[in-house]
Amino acid sequence: MKVRITVNGTLTEREIEPRTLLVHYLRDELGLTGTHVGCDTSNCGACTVLLDGDAVKSCTVLAAQADGGAVATVEGLAASGPLAALQEGFWEAHGLQCGFCTPGMLMAATQLLRRNPDPTDAEIRRGLEGNLCRCTGYANIVRAVRLAARKGA
Amino acid sequence: MAAVIGQPLKRREDPRLITGSATYTDDVRLPGMLQAAFVRSPHAPARIRSVDASAARALPGVVGIFTHEDLADFWKAPLPCAWGAYPLLKNPAHWPLAKGVARHVGDPVAIVVADSRAAVHDAIQQVRVDYEPLPAVVDLDAAVAPGSPRVHEDLADNISFTFDHKTDGVDAAFARADHVVRRRLRQQRLVPNAIEPRAVVADYRRADGQLTVWAATQIPHLLKIFSSGLLGLPEQRVRVIAPEVGGGFGSKLQVYPEDIATMAAAIHLGRPVRWTMDRREEFTSTHHGREGVMDVEAAFTRGGEMTAMRVNWLSDMGAYNMLNGPFVPILGFLVLPGPYRNRELEAHIKGVFTNKTPTDAYRGAGRPEATYLLERLMDLAAAELGLDPVDVRRRNLIRHDEIPFTTATGMTYDAGDYHATLDLALKAIDYAGLRREQASRRQAGGKLLGVGFSTYVEACGLAPSRATSSSAYGAHLYESALVRVQQSGAVTVITGSSPHGQGHETTLSQIVADRMGIPVDSVEVLHGDTQNTPIGLGTYGSRSLVVGGQAVVQACTRVQDKMRLIAAHKLECRPEDVAFGDGRLFVQGAPTRGVAFAEIAATANLGSHAGMPEGMEPGLEATAYFSPENFSFPAGTHVCVAEVDPETGRVRIRRYLAVDDVGVVVNPLIAEGQVHGGVVQAIAQALFEDLPYDADGQPLGASLMEYAVPTSMDVPDIESAFFVTPSPSNAIGAKGIGETGTIAGTPAVVNAVIDALAHLGVRDIDMPLTPPRVWRAIREAGTGGSSRPFAESGEGGRSA
Ligand code: FES
Ligand code: FES
Repeated sequence: MKVRITVNGTLTEREIEPRTLLVHYLRDELGLTGTHVGCDTSNCGACTVLLDGDAVKSCTVLAAQADGGAVATVEGLAASGPLAALQEGFWEAHGLQCGFCTPGMLMAATQLLRRNPDPTDAEIRRGLEGNLCRCTGYANIVRAVRLAARKGA
Repeated sequence: MAAVIGQPLKRREDPRLITGSATYTDDVRLPGMLQAAFVRSPHAPARIRSVDASAARALPGVVGIFTHEDLADFWKAPLPCAWGAYPLLKNPAHWPLAKGVARHVGDPVAIVVADSRAAVHDAIQQVRVDYEPLPAVVDLDAAVAPGSPRVHEDLADNISFTFDHKTDGVDAAFARADHVVRRRLRQQRLVPNAIEPRAVVADYRRADGQLTVWAATQIPHLLKIFSSGLLGLPEQRVRVIAPEVGGGFGSKLQVYPEDIATMAAAIHLGRPVRWTMDRREEFTSTHHGREGVMDVEAAFTRGGEMTAMRVNWLSDMGAYNMLNGPFVPILGFLVLPGPYRNRELEAHIKGVFTNKTPTDAYRGAGRPEATYLLERLMDLAAAELGLDPVDVRRRNLIRHDEIPFTTATGMTYDAGDYHATLDLALKAIDYAGLRREQASRRQAGGKLLGVGFSTYVEACGLAPSRATSSSAYGAHLYESALVRVQQSGAVTVITGSSPHGQGHETTLSQIVADRMGIPVDSVEVLHGDTQNTPIGLGTYGSRSLVVGGQAVVQACTRVQDKMRLIAAHKLECRPEDVAFGDGRLFVQGAPTRGVAFAEIAATANLGSHAGMPEGMEPGLEATAYFSPENFSFPAGTHVCVAEVDPETGRVRIRRYLAVDDVGVVVNPLIAEGQVHGGVVQAIAQALFEDLPYDADGQPLGASLMEYAVPTSMDVPDIESAFFVTPSPSNAIGAKGIGETGTIAGTPAVVNAVIDALAHLGVRDIDMPLTPPRVWRAIREAGTGGSSRPFAESGEGGRSA
């Protein structure tokens, strides 16, 4: 089947197997490997992207469901400058170690700050509950999001 | 120029990671690349009667399906165990694909290769394997009992190895003891769960027999060496690249069956093959950590001084000896004396085969088990003798003026002040205030408060050759570095260690910038490719700074010595009077007499060699190898303050403080990050994680839906403070920090929970301390029941 999905502002169009997951569409069809796959049970959040503005786990969405939609991935985050405020925040606060969870964290945090530009630490923790990080222990991720909020993400 | 050692510099590896432009193994794209997947045994032991792949082979896109027999010509030797030379180790052959018998759920039986992910997943469903299930060996006590079914039919029993040690005065000390604490302590089975799944891409060029491998590994050089040996390829024809690696925690310190099988398939097919694990495979095929039982008794005086300890440790190897599996409890043995003065120790360790996924190093590797045992003992002794747990520790902690101190296991602690870290921690948490609050809460009803301590010392910087060779370990665990000053004065450092999140590029740059007196930004650090890195042992055992950093220092020093000669020639001074700083080399005491670092660089490289001393060879480059003389010994005090709801058994960590003496801290931002992550993994073991097996050898809750890797909601902020006594084992003064959290943290949390319930008579709860277990411990203590019936498992997990 054919799908047309706008990814980071660019219209993409591919002939795909109907069962293709959005994450594989991004990684394998488009070569956008910034979005990661960490699990097969939709627990880890490494694959989080924005679909029409909402954070979704792209391993649980069929590319076909995104047909006609707009997807934002980590590669598009800094479109308007060298780095988005959240990326700056993660860098400054040491919000990542191995970096594998980071693209998903950034996208989940993007949605979080859009909905709540000035979250408390508890709200940040709740907002990122669906994203696992095995390296950082989360405290610096919380700090990173707080920093970004202060800068106005 | 401001000091760069000790600066919390932002990491230079981050820009590629936060923009999605880093390349992990699964991101590698090669023309014509095929995808592999494994058919795995659904049974713990089963004889493989036959494999029928005809239906699978007929599916579109399927390129090949191979069993052990199909690929047997490709492997020249079974998978390695680094402790193979230990005379008391039995090491049955472990092949990349099961030969005749599958020994645990998840044991790979066949590799399937197809032209897409979808095709290969369709195909593995269609491979029909006729299994004859065999009786499973699961429980450790049962496994060592006479008459137990055997995991390896050609061995006499299920003992992988035995290790025994006894000092002279143990029996006498027990005979004299005022009090003996006796316990059985359990370590549950943990699943490392790095968030990047294991992955390997193998590309074989038939024309010249070159095998190039990208792998999510902590040990590219070891993987290269073993792959060439196992596959019978000339070593110079194998190249292993560890690209970006997404966490390891020991789980990628391995030569896995899937690595070798994927390489063999690529060689056989002459096409690139990629295998990326599904998360569910993490639970049955990535090595696990920790599981074991420890029967311990410890002799104490009435005043709380420990005078002897006896340990019988059954350590679960799972179905095979992995690369370092048997050595894990030996590492634990080394630190069994802890930071305490007692020098009488009797230890008997048995590695036990079971029909479960093999175990090996998981962050801390043996040392968390040993520390848990000791720190639980300290609290148990305090409770049984009616003493304060802090006083018992004070009574036993080695004093600063007793160091260097040689322990019952032959470790010589060379620097540290254990009392000082304890004092700092006590002050920071207001211990007296917490005890008052605890008492008043007990009066008032409602949530209970507990304080748990862990005063620890660990052995890091793996490892002195003396230690490895005297213990029959099969490698010298040195590290290497190459330092090259380029034409422009930029410096390239190539390390033999192999980071997977630790920030080597930043830390090692800081070390070089500090020594060479140049900006950090002009130093770059490369790693992970066996083709251009000097042979190195990799990243594990908190060794990259302590051992790898020292190799960098030595290589740096050699290059600087040469630069000094050139500068002295130009400045007409003695080389020993030349100092480095502010991007220059200058005469000590006369800073205006100097020459730019970049000018010396140019002179030695492409520039006119006119400025070089007569006869000196061009170039500014040196390679150094460092094999440490001693371990390094991080130590400190961790304190956990926990609230327990007696109605629900729920535990909330109110405060967690880590005071760590990890020697000199090069980058506090990175160091704190290591503490945070390690402590959270320790909390995870104490409260959440467990992979139990049923009597048939089926893992229970083997997915991220049930196995409770903590989320951001489950854990508190961690307070981290550093106390510094420099390590004499290396010029940096560092002791290593990667594992302090998991080594120290678990008993601090468990001690806190049990401390909260101590007035009810609760003395023991097996990990993980899930609400049902805590609740039951309270109930049974209240009804005067035994305080120790909680051996059964199966309550871990998210639902708890
Ligand atoms: S890959 Fe884990 S939630 Fe999508
Ligand atoms: S930084 Fe490694 S999983 Fe989050």
